[in-house]
Amino acid sequence: MKSKLKFLEDSIPKLIVTPTFLIMVIFIYGFIFWNFILSLTNSKILPLYTFAGLKQYFALFNNMKWWLAMENLLIFSSLFIGFCLLFGLLLAIFIDQKIRFEGIFRTIYLYPMALSFIATGTVWQWMLNPGFGLENFMIQMGFENFTFDWIVDSEMAIYTIIIAAVWQSTGFVMVLLLAGLRGISHEVINAAKIDGASMPRIYWKIIIPQLGPVFFSAVIILLHLAIKTFDLVIVMTKGGPGFSTVLPSIFMFDYSFARNKLAFGASSAMIMLFFVMIFVVPYLYRELRKNS
Amino acid sequence: MIGSAKEKVLSQLSRVFIYILLFICAVYFLLPIFVMIITSLKDIDEIKNGNLLALPETITFQPWIEAWGEARIGPKAEGIKPYFVNSILITVPAVLISCIIGALNGYVFSKWKFKGSEVFFSLLLFGCFIPFQVVLLPMSQTIGMMGISGSVFGLIFVHVIYGTAFTTLFFRNFYVSIPTELINAAKIDGAGFFRIFYKILLPVSLPIFMVCIIWQMTQIWNEFLFGITFSDADTQPVTVALNNLVNSTSTVKKYNVDMAAALIAVAPTLIAYIISGKYFVKGLMAGAVK
Repeated sequence: MKSKLKFLEDSIPKLIVTPTFLIMVIFIYGFIFWNFILSLTNSKILPLYTFAGLKQYFALFNNMKWWLAMENLLIFSSLFIGFCLLFGLLLAIFIDQKIRFEGIFRTIYLYPMALSFIATGTVWQWMLNPGFGLENFMIQMGFENFTFDWIVDSEMAIYTIIIAAVWQSTGFVMVLLLAGLRGISHEVINAAKIDGASMPRIYWKIIIPQLGPVFFSAVIILLHLAIKTFDLVIVMTKGGPGFSTVLPSIFMFDYSFARNKLAFGASSAMIMLFFVMIFVVPYLYRELRKNS
Repeated sequence: MIGSAKEKVLSQLSRVFIYILLFICAVYFLLPIFVMIITSLKDIDEIKNGNLLALPETITFQPWIEAWGEARIGPKAEGIKPYFVNSILITVPAVLISCIIGALNGYVFSKWKFKGSEVFFSLLLFGCFIPFQVVLLPMSQTIGMMGISGSVFGLIFVHVIYGTAFTTLFFRNFYVSIPTELINAAKIDGAGFFRIFYKILLPVSLPIFMVCIIWQMTQIWNEFLFGITFSDADTQPVTVALNNLVNSTSTVKKYNVDMAAALIAVAPTLIAYIISGKYFVKGLMAGAVK
């Protein structure tokens, strides 16, 4: 009787995590597998489970719009990550100079992270609108030939998405790097100061190299954000003008739901997952090994 | 002597320079919300004739009244209010359920490890990172089969499912830092699983609950992809409704109403951030897998 009770008590922790285990097995890994199966079929508006091989993947790789979406993602993610890191680092360094009102500055730089992309996209779309926004403002200020119509220019529209995305996420990088800066020991820095090294040189040679792991985390998280970016594009340009700001996330949604090509959409989602895995799996592996 | 005085002036100057730079950046970061506020208080003629940064000549609250209760979104002309209510109905239960599950999971993964629990946790962690497009199609089939498609329950369900990985991570990382000796001593005294949780961990868990609640609230309130995929016209969350309002092509564009609606849509998370920014920052850092 007693041993039975003991057994029951020993199983409580396992019972507690069982629902989560089932959720994970079904709704994460099971669904990924299900989506993979869908991508191997001919499903259009409804799922059909007749095997069609890798047909959808070949179709995807022969689809010009898919490559355009991938190219857009490459431009978007590289510039988005680059600018976020650059501005985030500069802000973190400046804020780390024993600044008065540090809390207020930090709060201001980070608040966009608390807002939805739909809401911030609404205002960016309005500010970048040539008729009412910045262009109109500059013309009224007397610069009559000023033009800033990127958002309606298919060559430049992707850069307007980058402007809004960088504005939204720079504060996050700043917070990460600031925590990194505060973790660096002052002894080496003071020694370098006594040796007469200038501050920019100390930052460049001593401090920034020590932030390597923080930069690494920041890049992975920003990359992950970039691949998932969806709402911001929807609200600012809906993927336009033409197809010029379509990202894989939008491509997948468009083909799956608006154009009713389920299997084709599923195959594009698999490719998205593949790219996330390439970066995230080594990162998680490293983090988990570090912890254990 | 002269050299050091010169150095002092130089360092003073560079400090002034830093403050100016930080101030300019602050203006830049605040600009969009400033534009939102002033635009939402102008009437449409003033917007058409004026410019982006001009303060309103006459303040009007009409756009706010219209955005809240009168603007046409989809088939109805009831403003953003019903969708704001939807978002509350989705967010509150989804946040509470995912935080409670996360707390218990985190407790097990930190203090009651069993064979395979580390592997389980790592696999779960991966769930934080998948692009949700990859589960979108199976999920829409599943909630259809469950008969909760297009309902608020469907959305709560989806948010709980995919929020649990994050909340588990938060609580696990927090509970790891609580000394295991305390737990072991309690075990020797005969305290069981729930008693230890209730007596030892729960009393110190307020900060992590705050982090978790703020994080989940921000995520779920601002979510769009699940919202647009799994809702009906009647159950849309506020983000989807805002997008429909802003990108509606049928009516004359009322930018002031758009801005008022956007401000209403961001109000809950913005207020939460201003009141408890500390917890928000901690959530961000924990989300970066520290």
